Amino acid sequence: MTAKKTPLYDEHVKLGGKIVDYAGWYLPVEYEGLIPEHEAVRNAAGLFDVSHMGGIVVKGKDALAYLQYLLTNDISSIGANQVIYTMMCYPDGGVVDDFLVYKYDDEEYLLVVNAANTDKDFKWMIDHKKDFNIIIENKSDQIAIIAIQGPKSEEILQKLTDTDLSKMKPFHFDREVVVSGIECMVSRTGYTGENGYELYLSSDDAVEVWNALLEAGKDEGIKPTGLGCRDTLRFEAGMPLYGNEISKDITPLEGGLKFFVKLDKEEDYIGKEALNKQWNEGLKRKVAAFELKGRGIPRAGYEVQKDGEKIGHVTTGYMSPTLKKSLGVALIKTEETELGNEIDIMIRNRPVKAVIIKRKFL
Amino acid sequence: MKVVKGLYYTEDHEWLKVDGDEAYIGLSDYAQDALGDIVYVDLPEEDDEFDKEEGFAAVESVKAAADVYMPVGGTITAINEDLFDNPELLNEDPYENWIVKIDIADKDELDELMTSEEYEKFLDEEV
Repeated sequence: MTAKKTPLYDEHVKLGGKIVDYAGWYLPVEYEGLIPEHEAVRNAAGLFDVSHMGGIVVKGKDALAYLQYLLTNDISSIGANQVIYTMMCYPDGGVVDDFLVYKYDDEEYLLVVNAANTDKDFKWMIDHKKDFNIIIENKSDQIAIIAIQGPKSEEILQKLTDTDLSKMKPFHFDREVVVSGIECMVSRTGYTGENGYELYLSSDDAVEVWNALLEAGKDEGIKPTGLGCRDTLRFEAGMPLYGNEISKDITPLEGGLKFFVKLDKEEDYIGKEALNKQWNEGLKRKVAAFELKGRGIPRAGYEVQKDGEKIGHVTTGYMSPTLKKSLGVALIKTEETELGNEIDIMIRNRPVKAVIIKRKFL
Repeated sequence: MKVVKGLYYTEDHEWLKVDGDEAYIGLSDYAQDALGDIVYVDLPEEDDEFDKEEGFAAVESVKAAADVYMPVGGTITAINEDLFDNPELLNEDPYENWIVKIDIADKDELDELMTSEEYEKFLDEEV
């Protein structure tokens, strides 16, 4: 199967993007370079094409009841035009996917899911539709998504719209924002730890809005930013990546995401029983952050040891572009996760000392 | 991509410059460009011995780690310690900034490497 192109593919090529196949999509891993792009998002603004992400709409009389049954967070806790982060779990507590849910109204929601999981999620949702009175639609191919992220993002986006962005709170959205003459849904959300916005628009309009934003942000130092820094930014911000910190085999409780799992939610939901049981019995392993003390860079998959015994593995690790330190997150035995505990990261078959720190890097 | 004449090259994009019985080894322009910004170099120690095609160092960008292989067998006689604090030197001038100097074990192994002309052709056709 060949990879798909987003509506912005030609723009990425024109901008000198290094194109890779990511989750079945041709996307730029970087343009000018990962580090300058990372710094642009931390200090000014970066523009990401995230059109590869999936968009699944749930609508109908039972939309809320269905999502309450399917998802770990309490979807009834948000109002219209609000966004909530949640996990969708298997009965054993493993994770099908993690994503944002946009509430249009009581009877219509948009789920914005990981690109690689879109088909799996859609099938899972259909398979668990039961007798709920709802319609589930996969709209992934009709929606383009552009994310503008960074401290200057509000200033830049404001130049192109009459909607007062200062009134939009984090995790809120507005479906009727006109950006550069084009109707978009704009949410104050992102995956970088910086203030930012995500624009949902018709694929046909993506190129126009993308170029308008790059032009509007010239003086502020906006840069097109690739998948490479998207991951270093989310990592520094302490955010999980599906497949690394959570997966089919790593529950959200082990992944440190208990806040998004409502163990005492009134409604029954898939995974509730297993997650409650796991929590009550105590976690045998969980993710913890560490800083490398010796030389090297920890990478996802590297083994973690204590006194020569394997205690887990690195889920994500980088030489942090912002902090210039080798930092990582590892899934290890719970008793080894105490702050200050010394562990060894196995780098090319050599143990390198690391120490457990708070998972708040920035 | 820049290819410097008079050096030997491998299909893994290392270069080798003969200096008497010794040789300098580094990464080609193609290799540094493919890796992106290099942020860490893991170097061997002096007197370490390696066979031809054995990994002797690792070069890491933010995104990935890549092993560097011996173009010919030999013993490490010097390492470029500047790379510890300034790994980006490999991006800035990959042919000026060598990684290690070795004592070549068997000069016949040089015959199996590519010349600069052959490497240019290799880049055009294979990569």
